[in-house]
Amino acid sequence: MKRLLSGNEAVAHGAWEAGVRVAAGYPGTPSTEILETLARFPHVYAEWSPNEKVALDVAIGAAYAGRRALATMKHVGVNVAADAFMYVAMTGMEAGLVIVSADDPSMHSSQNEQDNRQYAKFARIPCLEPADSQDAKDLTIAAFDLSEQFDTPVLLRMTTRICHTSTPVEVGARRQEYPPLIDKYPRNPAKYVMVPANARKRHPIIEHRLEELAAYAETFPFNRVEMRGRALGVITAGVAYQYAREVFPDASILKLGMTYPLPQKRIRDFAGRVDRLIVLEELDPFIEDQVRLMGVKLWPERVLYPHTKSIFPITGELNPAIVRESAVAAGLLPEPQAGEKQVVRGEDQAESPQPLPAGLKIRGNGHLDLPARPPVLCPGCPHRGVFYILHKLKVPVNGDIGCYTLGVVPPLSAIHTTGCMGASIGVAHGAAVAGDKERHVAVIGDSTFFHTGIPALLNVAYNRSNVITIILDNRTTAMTGHQANPGTGRTLQGKETREIEIESLVRALGIDEVVTIDAYEVETIEKTLKRWLKQDGPAVLVAKHACALLPEERKKYVSLQVDPNVCNGCTICFRIGCPAILKSDKLDPKYHRPLAEIDPLLCTGCEICARVCPRDAISFRDQVLHLHYDP
Amino acid sequence: MEFHQTVPMNDTASSPSKSLPSLNILLTGVGGQGTILASNIVAEVGVALGYDVKKAEVHGMSQRGGSVVSQVRWGRQVFSPIIPPGEADYLIAFEKLEALRALSYLRPGGQIIVDPHAIPPVTVTSGDAHYPEDETIQVQLARITPHVHWIPGVAIAEELGNAKAANVVLLGAFSALLNHDPDLWLGVIRQRVPEKYRELNEQAFARGRDLILTGPR
Repeated sequence: MKRLLSGNEAVAHGAWEAGVRVAAGYPGTPSTEILETLARFPHVYAEWSPNEKVALDVAIGAAYAGRRALATMKHVGVNVAADAFMYVAMTGMEAGLVIVSADDPSMHSSQNEQDNRQYAKFARIPCLEPADSQDAKDLTIAAFDLSEQFDTPVLLRMTTRICHTSTPVEVGARRQEYPPLIDKYPRNPAKYVMVPANARKRHPIIEHRLEELAAYAETFPFNRVEMRGRALGVITAGVAYQYAREVFPDASILKLGMTYPLPQKRIRDFAGRVDRLIVLEELDPFIEDQVRLMGVKLWPERVLYPHTKSIFPITGELNPAIVRESAVAAGLLPEPQAGEKQVVRGEDQAESPQPLPAGLKIRGNGHLDLPARPPVLCPGCPHRGVFYILHKLKVPVNGDIGCYTLGVVPPLSAIHTTGCMGASIGVAHGAAVAGDKERHVAVIGDSTFFHTGIPALLNVAYNRSNVITIILDNRTTAMTGHQANPGTGRTLQGKETREIEIESLVRALGIDEVVTIDAYEVETIEKTLKRWLKQDGPAVLVAKHACALLPEERKKYVSLQVDPNVCNGCTICFRIGCPAILKSDKLDPKYHRPLAEIDPLLCTGCEICARVCPRDAISFRDQVLHLHYDP
Repeated sequence: MEFHQTVPMNDTASSPSKSLPSLNILLTGVGGQGTILASNIVAEVGVALGYDVKKAEVHGMSQRGGSVVSQVRWGRQVFSPIIPPGEADYLIAFEKLEALRALSYLRPGGQIIVDPHAIPPVTVTSGDAHYPEDETIQVQLARITPHVHWIPGVAIAEELGNAKAANVVLLGAFSALLNHDPDLWLGVIRQRVPEKYRELNEQAFARGRDLILTGPR
């Protein structure tokens, strides 16, 4: 039966059909839905681990115990898990282990654009790359088989377009119930205890394994030649295969399901069957570099882009338009003729016979200057009040990864550094011990604190720096879609569990100055922070309130109102950057400033605007409820 | 208001793959408007019609009140999940500023279904940016195509008691433009929405359909 599945759902189906027993990961766009889907299948244990390193260790333990295991993460998660990634490449396992890296070309939701195929080469393990959802399912199954056949973990490298594109997939039953491949946990120190003496013996083994994998790649069924014309040959993989089919319909194609190690004989053979050979791939010249190193002549011999990529951009996602334009620029495709040129783009004012209407401007690139719609903290977001106060206090704020990174967006403009998961506290500590004269603040979410914030806060406590840490505890992993974490009291598979209480955890780390305040209580938060700014030593504020999008919170929504007779358009409520607060058409009679008004469809009744309003022009929840029930 | 009795099966004009007739549908809106749910329905309808289908969207940070774009391609064999600029046959916009923002994707002469509903972005509400006037939007859309269908989805859905059903009003209009059997769509919609909202969504779908088939009442 064919079903429309996203690439992520297809990986989950593939893992299940292949008999996976244990799956672990940490949520991260674009990887999250793999585990969410797999968690609903029977006979599978699936968990959100606190971070990707723990997740990979968990999957490795399961594979050591002879059960097929899967670890899922976004590309930067592999950095967190890299230590485990490298040792398991050395030890191998007793049963199949597949590590999914969901890369994010164009950084739709990421801090960098790394091409994780490089990790496969780095660790000497195979890399498989699907080109659509069917491929994702098939290659997941193939990855488990390959893993066991060669005693190696396998990297399944996805990208945003594969993860989040839905295409038809033939779904099937679990191939069989896989019993554990061993009776007893291995007692094999030469293979599994990587002390130097053992590790030195393992290294030649994995180099030899790589040679065997390269030989196997020649017959790997997902490396496939599609012969059409001989004028142009394209070596391609992943979503780029789709662009190759669309832009070069007459070209012959070598589609690689395995991009490391490469099938050298097949590549040489393919090169001999076409006049011009090119490589079409997203991001790094990963295949291209290897093919050039083989001494195979690629067209053109000159290189257009920096580094070594000859035709297509090294940054950003590809799409058919970019592939076509790059091919034209390189002289591979003819310039489009005037008649067939499709430049009639909506934003292209140069083509416009119409005069420009009032209120619209044209930017330098000839496009209409439309008001941007950046992502913002939602109405009712419990993070908003903290950032409003931090902005007001003008302190340096080191941020972290989550919805709350949006505290950087004007008018809040309250984050000054953000690098990676868990970085906020360490970076603030570094600035403090360097003797920076300002008092440094670290802002980190609850799930991020569990992920990698705990050791950094332990460091602040142990080495006594003057860092104020604010843990934005919204009781969920919000950014990726409300996944469970150690603070939520439930697991990925819906079991009730111990709900970790952050304040006592912080005390146990060695910090005495710690308070928990409801995140909507902006006055108390301001008072506390002002007091701490005058004293020395580590301090931690847990700003706690559940994410406004959680079902329990939605039930409490009440829309507040602005009294137009009291509001004088002072603009202070606009400075909290709430999408529910609008500039009305009415002007204040004295100052002629637009009055504030509240969108009843968007307002949740969090009261932050009411609390910051100096004229008490905005109703509180009780007042609104009172008006409603006792008119 | 335009009336169409045939399913347009346009070759993607600038693509060399002329032998592969396809229909490219771009859906756009603001995070929280149900753009992705609507695109799921459109994709499933394509499958039910026997098409090869690809549906592409981007999750994550962009969803927090930002612009949301979802792309659906129906065809005999679909390769790229992304619709190249100027090659969308239909633009379905749940918010009118987003229609303007996504306009570069529409092929000249393509069809636009747009909700006159406005959601001002924060750059307008707490910044200095200006939300374009209706006339501006109309003029810009008309530069690319005469086929612009204004469907007040939010207004109709509010009348029916739940603004969230606005996306299904526009899908009803879309199904009428394609001259499809409504039961085909309703079958997919029933599978995709909770039981308690079934009647609401059926009404919303019918209202959108009627606007195309009989004009505004």
